Amino acid sequence: MAELLRTHPLEAWAAALAELPDEVRITPEPFVAMVDVRVPAAASEGLAVRGTPLPTAPNTWTPTADGRMVWLGPDEWLLTSTGTVPHLLEEELRDQLRPVGGTAVDVSAQRIGLRISGTRAREVLAKGCSIDLHPRAFPAGRSAQTTLGQAGVVLLSLGEEGFAVLVRSSFAGYLASWLLDAGLEYVPLG
Amino acid sequence: MQLIACPWCGPREEVEFTYGGQAHVPYPDDPAALSDEQWAHYVFFRDNTKGRFAERWNHSAGCRRWFNAVRDTTSYRFQRVYRVDDPKPVTP
Amino acid sequence: MSTPFRTAEGGRIDRATTLQFTFDGRSLTGHPGDTLASALLASGQHQVATSIRLGRPRGISAAWAEDPGGLVQVEEPFPEPMLLASTVELFDGLVAHGLPGQGRLADVPDSARYDAVHHHVDVLVVGAGPAGLVAALGAARAGARVALVDEQSEAGGSLLSGTDRVDGVPALDWVADAVAELARHPEVLHLQRTTAFGVYDDGFVLALERRTDHLGAAAPRRVSRQRVWRIRARSIVVATGAHERPVVFADNDRPGIMLARAARTFLHRYGVLPGREAVVFTTNDSAYDAALDLARAGVQVQAVVDARPAGSPQRRAECERAGIRVLSGSVVTGTEGVERITSALVAPFTDGEVGAASVIPCDVLLVSGGWNPAVHLFSQARGRLRYDEVLGAFVPGEELDGLAVAGSAAGVLDLAGCLADGQRVVRAALSALAIVPAADDRLPSAPEPVVPAAPLVLWRVPDTSEAHARTQFVDLQRDATVADIARAVGAGLRSIEHVKRYTTIGTAHDQGKTSGVLTSGITAELLGIPVQDTGTTTFRPPYTPVAFAALAGRDRGRLFDPERVTALHDWHVAAGAVFEDVGQWKRPRYYPQPGEDMETAVLRECAAARTGVGIIDGSTLGKIDVQGPDAAVLLDRLYTNMMSSLKVGAVRYGVMCGVDGMVIDDGTVLRLAEDRFLVLTTTGGAAKVLDWMEEWVQTEWPDLRVHCTSVTEQWATFPVVGPRSRDVVGTLFPDVDVSTEAFPFMTWRDTALDGVPVRLARISFSGELAFEVHVSPWYAVAVWQRLLEAGRPYGITPYGTETMHVLRAEKGYPIIGQDTDGTVTPHDLGMAWAVSKKKPDFIGKRSFARPANQDPRRKQLVGLLPVDRHTLLPEGSQIVEFVADGELPPPPVPMLGHVTSSYRSAELARPFALALVKGGRERVGDTVHVPVNGTLVPVEVTGSVLVDPEGARRDG
Repeated sequence: MAELLRTHPLEAWAAALAELPDEVRITPEPFVAMVDVRVPAAASEGLAVRGTPLPTAPNTWTPTADGRMVWLGPDEWLLTSTGTVPHLLEEELRDQLRPVGGTAVDVSAQRIGLRISGTRAREVLAKGCSIDLHPRAFPAGRSAQTTLGQAGVVLLSLGEEGFAVLVRSSFAGYLASWLLDAGLEYVPLG
Repeated sequence: MQLIACPWCGPREEVEFTYGGQAHVPYPDDPAALSDEQWAHYVFFRDNTKGRFAERWNHSAGCRRWFNAVRDTTSYRFQRVYRVDDPKPVTP
Repeated sequence: MSTPFRTAEGGRIDRATTLQFTFDGRSLTGHPGDTLASALLASGQHQVATSIRLGRPRGISAAWAEDPGGLVQVEEPFPEPMLLASTVELFDGLVAHGLPGQGRLADVPDSARYDAVHHHVDVLVVGAGPAGLVAALGAARAGARVALVDEQSEAGGSLLSGTDRVDGVPALDWVADAVAELARHPEVLHLQRTTAFGVYDDGFVLALERRTDHLGAAAPRRVSRQRVWRIRARSIVVATGAHERPVVFADNDRPGIMLARAARTFLHRYGVLPGREAVVFTTNDSAYDAALDLARAGVQVQAVVDARPAGSPQRRAECERAGIRVLSGSVVTGTEGVERITSALVAPFTDGEVGAASVIPCDVLLVSGGWNPAVHLFSQARGRLRYDEVLGAFVPGEELDGLAVAGSAAGVLDLAGCLADGQRVVRAALSALAIVPAADDRLPSAPEPVVPAAPLVLWRVPDTSEAHARTQFVDLQRDATVADIARAVGAGLRSIEHVKRYTTIGTAHDQGKTSGVLTSGITAELLGIPVQDTGTTTFRPPYTPVAFAALAGRDRGRLFDPERVTALHDWHVAAGAVFEDVGQWKRPRYYPQPGEDMETAVLRECAAARTGVGIIDGSTLGKIDVQGPDAAVLLDRLYTNMMSSLKVGAVRYGVMCGVDGMVIDDGTVLRLAEDRFLVLTTTGGAAKVLDWMEEWVQTEWPDLRVHCTSVTEQWATFPVVGPRSRDVVGTLFPDVDVSTEAFPFMTWRDTALDGVPVRLARISFSGELAFEVHVSPWYAVAVWQRLLEAGRPYGITPYGTETMHVLRAEKGYPIIGQDTDGTVTPHDLGMAWAVSKKKPDFIGKRSFARPANQDPRRKQLVGLLPVDRHTLLPEGSQIVEFVADGELPPPPVPMLGHVTSSYRSAELARPFALALVKGGRERVGDTVHVPVNGTLVPVEVTGSVLVDPEGARRDG
């Protein structure tokens, strides 16, 4: 039998997203392994996971060797990895964290990532996001769980490179439609 | 659109939160030992305070943490927020 | 088309460009920079409409949103009712007509776009007049993040209406420099055509930007027509200016009667003369500017009628030099004319007594009764107002945190004072934010103000004639008069809020901008109490009308409510599925084949699942990973049944109740490991159950070492259902022994397909032999297609939620939220077997012992079979006792319960229903009646399980 093919929730939106001008670049991020990591707050301070200390400041994220570690709560993080197969990453983390009272759950398909960049990126997000995204208030390394349009999102500031938005897969189509609508005014006629 | 200060995430718009009713109403240690009336009080009865009221909130669209707050029910102003494991602040 | 009232030069209009427009069927012209009102006045037309109740001619009486008179309906480019001629910017091709108070909504969808933007600033300045500009400059120069919003098409505020000088240059040159400087500050957002219409909690201000309204049909389609700015400001400076207040006198509503400042605005900003012969009626010095300016522009100013006994000595001298007669100690007592004022009746006014009137011909009468600071936003912020005896107006009466009022909105009525006030107020605001003003923040200079003669507070010209009182208009738009206020007071009303509602004053589109304070004053006068005691009615948002379309913004059409879809959505669409909304999910309801309606499609799908094999996309089922050493403890506390005894590899059905003992959700639980469970919830209960778990863990049992994580979208779920499901699953997963012995009902197994992890579970929501296939949604389409391939020899049939409902209902499986309503216990559902007797406690247990929950007359879930084997009972139908004669007894008819689910069954070859019936299980075998469309349908009460009650198929 042929290898099982993967389907991205935003395949049908790819062409429309590509139409957006440089001022608003919206690109789906590739599939990546994501694991929801829980560690009791008391055990999390200074704890390194896969070589990177867990970011314990609320609403921050840290780059790792092949992904990101995002604060989701005082005892909850989202760890992403481009280099490990989802269920193996879960296994590895479960094994590492069990002794400190931690758990790990593969949530790779729970959310998809979108990269939003360009000079109008902040403006487009501000059309549906109530938190202050000004670089003074939301510099690189900051994250927020909030709503964009009517979808719950995890928003990451990438600094000069714009923003990453993680959204529940079932809401991905809605959010893509919303972003296209919000970005439409920057698309030149023709 | 009021701002509510999540103890973890800071001020966010009120629509990111859900209300959890009166705070400091613990689940009884031994429900079976309670009379029907005592149990009904736990299940159905809550204070309806005019003024400062300790209540539960959840930052449901954010970090999903429960926390407590003292809010003035006449002005809606939050006077303080505190974590669920913090003791109930002294209110008059 | 002629514009006889257009001045030869001057104004902020582009005379080189001519715009064509149509009003009331007449073709007219104007220029860019005009409003509809200024263009009409240029053509000599004052009357816009007739009034709503009395049919009296009404015209343009002010130059902006405070105008109670000039309501129009725009027809082209898109119908929009209830706009003001004085705020509609002119564009080519505009078609409009006057409105007698009520307009017409478009009967075609609005093709314009609307949106919203959130914006955060240190300082928001509302109003780009002199005070606002100084405030915005001060904040910008200090490096603050600033927003400056102003409702006009260009900045300047009151400076647009006059001939002032600032810093020794024409004021508008200074404005242009200020605007240019603001544009150079990167952290300044400056928006014109933007009305801050509401102030809310914590520095939140909503402002409506009219982005393309002024472009007419040339508006770019991709740009939102209007935008709601959702501004969060640490500090707000309200510099919204003041509205001129009229004086009430008999027949004060004729076209040609307007506020004095409006005449200056039309002259200086739009290059339009309001008439040829003017009378100016005033109680204060400011209207003299209008008289002098109009005279200079060539208008014959017949007289300045000044109600003050001594008038204004200084302004009188200026008038005399200009050849204008001043009648001090005089008032206008009435007017003449039909479609336009033709003369003013002027009488001496001494010690409150009005003498005999003489007639002064005129075609325009300018009125000024003083100034009302625009305190709306301050008042919306719950700022207390104070009545100022000198101004005869309400002014801010207290300091607020985070919101300050500057300039004439605070009652400062001279230019130099406004400039200084703007700086004072913004510096206080910056100081509160710990922002240091810039060293080069210089206060612009304006000529030293001449101290004006004290104004006279005069609400209305005294007139004891009741006939006259009936034409002394207070609210022109509502046709409400002094007589109406007198009637309200006479009826015993004392509160200004009651007077407002009795008379309807202040309830029109202008919300009483000119009539509100007048009403307070006149009411106080009639009651003989101080105006401070009367107060004002409550100022509420919006300051000016806002279209619902603007408030809806982007949340229209497909974006109105998010549509959640599964990984298979495109496949369902291609397969012709008819979708059903389940919460926000789009789920296939059934897959009609050519020529099929729902009923035939569902009967076909049901038959396939009962006799062959069917497959459904169950990915929307809620899924929660419960992990940690205390996972079993948590589930034991939350489920009515025992979960800790579940073996790894096994599955158990569970019911969850609230503390009140009522069912809140049900589902199956898979034990994945000693310390790990996968909880499956209903589609609608997914978020609720996770929140429920989190609430207990976080707030009651933080000592439990357990974590709950949503994995709803981590697993696509495909129940393969029916007697041939074993063949299908066995074919696709040959590594798994799918025999009953090796893989019994209510167990699960992990396997893989081409290296991709797959979980199989023997769970059945249909009563048939069934396997749930769980796989990552990344591979959902591929695995679904493999299942269809493997099932082709057995005629595998995709089915939707409707068939799922029929199948489960035939088995008596309730849907939480359909067959239950928050008042139903597990016992009511006949699920005492799912309630543990061993566990000392679990959520809901104590409530089961309450007397109300022990009552044998509680409603219980039963089946219903219509005796005629034909009638499909509507869901929600009431159930009553059997009546022998087939006629309902007179009401009240005791209700036994209601139908909760009702379907046609292929298996039973008849319709059936589930119902909640009082004492239902005791009544099995009884016949009761269900009224359907006026007929009593006899139905037999049965047990709730109608198909395979022994469960042989399911277990097979």
